[in-house]
Amino acid sequence: MSLDADPPEPEAQGGELVRRHRLSTRVWHWVNAVTLLVLLMSGLMIFNAHPRLYWGEYGANFDYAWLEIGQRGGSGYLRIGSWQVPTTGWLGVWTDPGGMERRRAFSYWATIPSNYSLADGRVWHMAFAWVLALGLLVYLPWSLVNGHLRRDVHITRREWRPSHIWHDVKEHARLRFPTGAAALRYNVLQKISYAGVLFVLIPLMIVTGLAMSPGTDAWAPIVTELFGGRQSARSIHFLCAWGLVAFVVVHVVMVVLAGPINELRSIVTGWYRVPRDNP
Amino acid sequence: MTKLILSRRSLIRTGALGGGLLLSGCDKLYQQPAFRGALESAEDLHRVTQRALGGQALAQEFRPADLSPVFRANGSKEGAGEAYKQHLAQGFDRWALRVDGLVARPLDLPLTALKALPQRVQITRHDCVEGWSAIGQWHGPQLGHVLDLARVSPSARYLVFHCADIYGGAPYYESIDMMDARHPQTILAWAMNGRPLEEAHGAPVRLRVERQLGYKHAKFVMRIEARETLAGLYGGKGGYWEDSSGYAWYAGI
Repeated sequence: MSLDADPPEPEAQGGELVRRHRLSTRVWHWVNAVTLLVLLMSGLMIFNAHPRLYWGEYGANFDYAWLEIGQRGGSGYLRIGSWQVPTTGWLGVWTDPGGMERRRAFSYWATIPSNYSLADGRVWHMAFAWVLALGLLVYLPWSLVNGHLRRDVHITRREWRPSHIWHDVKEHARLRFPTGAAALRYNVLQKISYAGVLFVLIPLMIVTGLAMSPGTDAWAPIVTELFGGRQSARSIHFLCAWGLVAFVVVHVVMVVLAGPINELRSIVTGWYRVPRDNP
Repeated sequence: MTKLILSRRSLIRTGALGGGLLLSGCDKLYQQPAFRGALESAEDLHRVTQRALGGQALAQEFRPADLSPVFRANGSKEGAGEAYKQHLAQGFDRWALRVDGLVARPLDLPLTALKALPQRVQITRHDCVEGWSAIGQWHGPQLGHVLDLARVSPSARYLVFHCADIYGGAPYYESIDMMDARHPQTILAWAMNGRPLEEAHGAPVRLRVERQLGYKHAKFVMRIEARETLAGLYGGKGGYWEDSSGYAWYAGI
């Protein structure tokens, strides 16, 4: 069990190598890195089949779409409500690597497969959806049992204090990262983002995904009722996907700012070099 | 500053290159039959899980107030062939649904006979594989009654629906297994939203198999064939979209 041992109690001074991430966390991280990318890109392919979003139970071409990616007179646009922005070259109308103009929502570089195929996009998406769902099903109880959630993700009452959160926001804005022992603990903004992904975004992706399945809706109608209908679930699925994209972007930026080599080593091997205090 | 811009540019270029490799990598990987087969095997997992958890649960039914103002017609909007056009012009008065294959009593059922069977009226949500949904009211006999009338053989595992429409140059057909065939909401709808089925929606009869996606709901049904296997029929995958594009045969997801 040494691979899955608890990280050392924060007594580190700085400069030394410590075990930071458990094996379960590292495996979960990399499996999800691949899975979420495949799910996003195959999901955009599925979206391309009907690039309109609705609220409620039903929604098709004759109904009002709150979001639409389309094309008119050879130019692409994104419309959200009554706000519209031209997107030719990116969304709606773009040129494929062969020089052909395509009239689809998301470009070839954003979708799996890169050539339009709803059927193939669905094969990718529905297979990797199992990886995401079963992964969460194993990882959450595992993290509860091995203390990861309690020790690393649980947000204490002290941390919820607005003054504490505000302090952390200011530290982030100044790009001042904790050193020494403090660097081994997640700060409150990190905890909020990880908890948000683990307990809100990924579960919402899974449940709204299931809500789009006519088979599931028969035996568990609650999954559509929760969101106010299948088309609402589809809209929330789309929005949460971008929530996850936003998380990944911020996550990668923070890794780069905090020292990519050290951070990457710790999420690959588990070993992390404690940052020294700045003089 | 120049250095920074250059490095940023090269960063973008590296990113684009990496993205391109990833993309072509995914497409290449997918061309490997073993990899694709592994991904496609999730379909069996879906079917088995849905059946285990769902059994014969009924699809949600709605109130008349929930109906879509306009029900989008998709796929083939007209039947093909002289015979079909003639039947359409005659209001399907001389048309009959053929039921054959693994049945003890092959049948030719005119619309009047279909209407004389116990009927079901249901307001359900039609979910297209593309992502849109429309709510409509469907009216017709339960398929189970038709199967009993034809005395379908116990060796029959699938029902194939042969249709009068030609899509992309090939005849449309679909198939379901006996579990869905005997589901209480599986009906042969001859009316939609209180009116006889319009041509665009598959007149004279459209299959409703409510717990699956739209492409399973065969329109323009001319013949129902009971079979032991789907192999040897058209592309062998049990449906037009399954054969032509690789859509899943089990479309409950």
